[in-house]
Amino acid sequence: MAGIVSYGAYIPRCRLGKETAGWGLPVEKSVANFDEDSITMAVAAGIDCVTGLERSAVDALLFATTTSPYIEKQGAAVVAAAIDLRRNIIANDNTNSLRAGTLALRSAIDAVDAGTANQVVVTAADCRMAAPHSEFDRNFGDGAASLLIGNTKVIANIVDSYSVSDDILDIWRVAGDSFVRTWEDRFILETGYLKVLTEAVSQLMQKCNLNPKDIAKAAFYGPNPRRHAEISRKLGFNPQTQVQDPLFGKMGNTGTAHALMLLIAALEEAKPGDKILLASYGDGADAYLLEVTSEIEKFTPRRGIKRHLESKQVLLDNANYLRWHGLMGQVGQGIDGDPPSVSARWREREEIDRLHGTKCKTCGLIQYPSQRVCTKCHTKDNWETVRLSDKKGKIFTFSLDYITSSLDMPLAITIIDFEGGGRGLFLMTDLELSEVHCEAPVEMSFRKMHSSGGVHNYFWKAIPPRV
Amino acid sequence: MESIKDKVAIVGMGCSKFGERWDASTEDLLVESCYEAFEDAGIESTDIQAAWLGTLNQMSGQILAQAIKTEYIPITRVENWCATATDAMMNACYAVAAGVYDLVLVAGVEKLKDSGVGHLTRASAQPSSEIMPHVPPPAQFAMAANRYFHDYKLSYEEGKRILAMISVKNHHNGSMNPKAQFQREITTEQAVEAPLIAYPLGLYDCCSVGDGSAAAIITTPEKAKSFRDDYILVKGFGLAVGGRQGTLRDYYDFTHFDETVYASRMAYTAAGIKNPLEEIDLAVVHDCFSITELIIYEDMGWSSRGRAKEDVESGFYALEGGLPVNTDGGLKCFGHPVGASGLRMIYEIYKQLQDKAGPRQVRNPDIGLTHNLGGRPGSFSCAVSIWGRRG
Repeated sequence: MAGIVSYGAYIPRCRLGKETAGWGLPVEKSVANFDEDSITMAVAAGIDCVTGLERSAVDALLFATTTSPYIEKQGAAVVAAAIDLRRNIIANDNTNSLRAGTLALRSAIDAVDAGTANQVVVTAADCRMAAPHSEFDRNFGDGAASLLIGNTKVIANIVDSYSVSDDILDIWRVAGDSFVRTWEDRFILETGYLKVLTEAVSQLMQKCNLNPKDIAKAAFYGPNPRRHAEISRKLGFNPQTQVQDPLFGKMGNTGTAHALMLLIAALEEAKPGDKILLASYGDGADAYLLEVTSEIEKFTPRRGIKRHLESKQVLLDNANYLRWHGLMGQVGQGIDGDPPSVSARWREREEIDRLHGTKCKTCGLIQYPSQRVCTKCHTKDNWETVRLSDKKGKIFTFSLDYITSSLDMPLAITIIDFEGGGRGLFLMTDLELSEVHCEAPVEMSFRKMHSSGGVHNYFWKAIPPRV
Repeated sequence: MESIKDKVAIVGMGCSKFGERWDASTEDLLVESCYEAFEDAGIESTDIQAAWLGTLNQMSGQILAQAIKTEYIPITRVENWCATATDAMMNACYAVAAGVYDLVLVAGVEKLKDSGVGHLTRASAQPSSEIMPHVPPPAQFAMAANRYFHDYKLSYEEGKRILAMISVKNHHNGSMNPKAQFQREITTEQAVEAPLIAYPLGLYDCCSVGDGSAAAIITTPEKAKSFRDDYILVKGFGLAVGGRQGTLRDYYDFTHFDETVYASRMAYTAAGIKNPLEEIDLAVVHDCFSITELIIYEDMGWSSRGRAKEDVESGFYALEGGLPVNTDGGLKCFGHPVGASGLRMIYEIYKQLQDKAGPRQVRNPDIGLTHNLGGRPGSFSCAVSIWGRRG
């Protein structure tokens, strides 16, 4: 029986909160930095999920989002490369629905049960935009979740499920829309969310012969705190003891990642034998019943939800956030113009996406970028590949550039020494200036460098260790 | 193998006014420097047998032929980052020393001020993945400064003050040079307080971007006498081209530049110089940033590692000091039209060795050295040239 083997999550460091000039609502929400998007967040969550596990054992990677940076080009292929998975896997995007995350979970479970995959990594990430100062602006947040589905060393079995497909235009976007469109509030919530989610959950409970009191934790999607509380009561769960905090006011509604992130929050506190109810909504609803196993006591803790929530940096000025998203007319480093050479980038893809360097087998020196001829002993073509993305690092030296970038000011440029050897030149992000100095510790994070000519150019940056 | 020492003479030089030359095109700048050189040597353009042109932004030597109207002579265009002009001079000298030509023009030029931005923009580059962050030169050298401060335990304030003293010295020298872009004194306080360009380097730690051209007429020592009495002779060259050793080796320290060490030793050996501090009377070096000059003092073997600050504080490198450096104001006051700078440096040595440097004159100089460094910490092209009065 397929179940959850591991989980991971990612919440960006940046927050809008009451100290944010020009926003000033008395709640916090997580916002992706200017160099983050659904792909980069999915990578971070996926890495959190597979850290310490054998990445070559993963047979499939699913990427669920409603905010893919590309329309005709797979995000999953980028995510799989950055997580450094094998080449002969199924990588697939699940898009277009707030339920895409739990639908991807469905595909993963089915593949493992059918035997077409032993291990599947599911990632879900969203960074939906809301019109500034709208109700959605208050409630939307950015984030990502990841689950490793398999059938050995399972920490939570997936016991049963119930799905409903529903064709409704309650909240949606068409190509080119920056912000969500909605129909009348009372319609979308009563005919959509409340009705359909209730339907899926109650049908599942009936099918499994369960009462609300049998559920240890109910983790389900909600569009806003009020309606989330309403449906909890309607379904008969005790909001104090049985309902997973939907994290409004700290993170927000993270779109297709939301339900899975709440599940992960629940798993972080779960005990063997707990029954967990997972439900998500969007073009219908999915409800899952999970049962936690004793494996969870041996499970190596992840950064997950809790530790990411604790590590934050409240933006001091909403104008920055608006500029990142082109809402104040300013475009970032990489004014839209000619794309980089796609063929050159393809040729360098291993060192770019996977941050692979080479280790000379003759003298042992690790070099980045890869070199055919060793710089130290001059041996030609006698090297092995080394993954540098998962290594801890420290700043050997740095500078702060005050003139060339307007979006990222000052631009932190660093020489990073990796633990175990190897060194590279990287930009640094998500930082306070006090965190940039010789010998400061860093870790690597997959980010979007710039977009030009329709090419999103991804690479690694250094960040202060997140947790 | 033989040394180039005493095998080539400079019999004429010219140098344009450097700076924001909105009024001058690349051709105009070449006319300015080359014709001053022709006049100084007492020749016509038609006397030139071959030419070497140093420039980053122009392709082929045709622009030189077009500017000064040579008629189908051989012209080789040379590019080696900021070592361009010295590399052009070196190659031209080889042709004269080989006996193939005996009247050669070497010119360097760069027109940077048509780009529309204040900082140095990349020359049209090979298409690439564009994944490597574009790190502007101030940030590149700032990385050396930050590690230098760290390794030698200089506080930010101390480090800034030492760097400022170098810029103050160069501005003092430049204030006496009518060809320089900037001809005014500055104070240590102004330099320390100036707006940051790339931490810890401020506005006065960075040379400017500008236009300029310089030129030289070279010949054999035998023919030189027929041009003038006070010709100067080449004593040695060094050219060290890095292969990103500093970038790829995780044990590079960022506080010295190997290319300068290698190039200077090559030049000293060629010139027969055993004790540079004693035997060199003045030097014009590549102060693209104040930290660069500080590190050059150590890389050239003049100051001990980590102790250049003592020599800065004692005024050893000032005009009246033991080894005057950047007597003409340096890149700091001239700006850095890349293809021209190496020849502008040789121009200063030439004038100094002829006792024609006016208020900047060093007393009785015999041997002068130039140093050019192109690239960034981790990989450079470094060229050094040494010149002397005729024996």
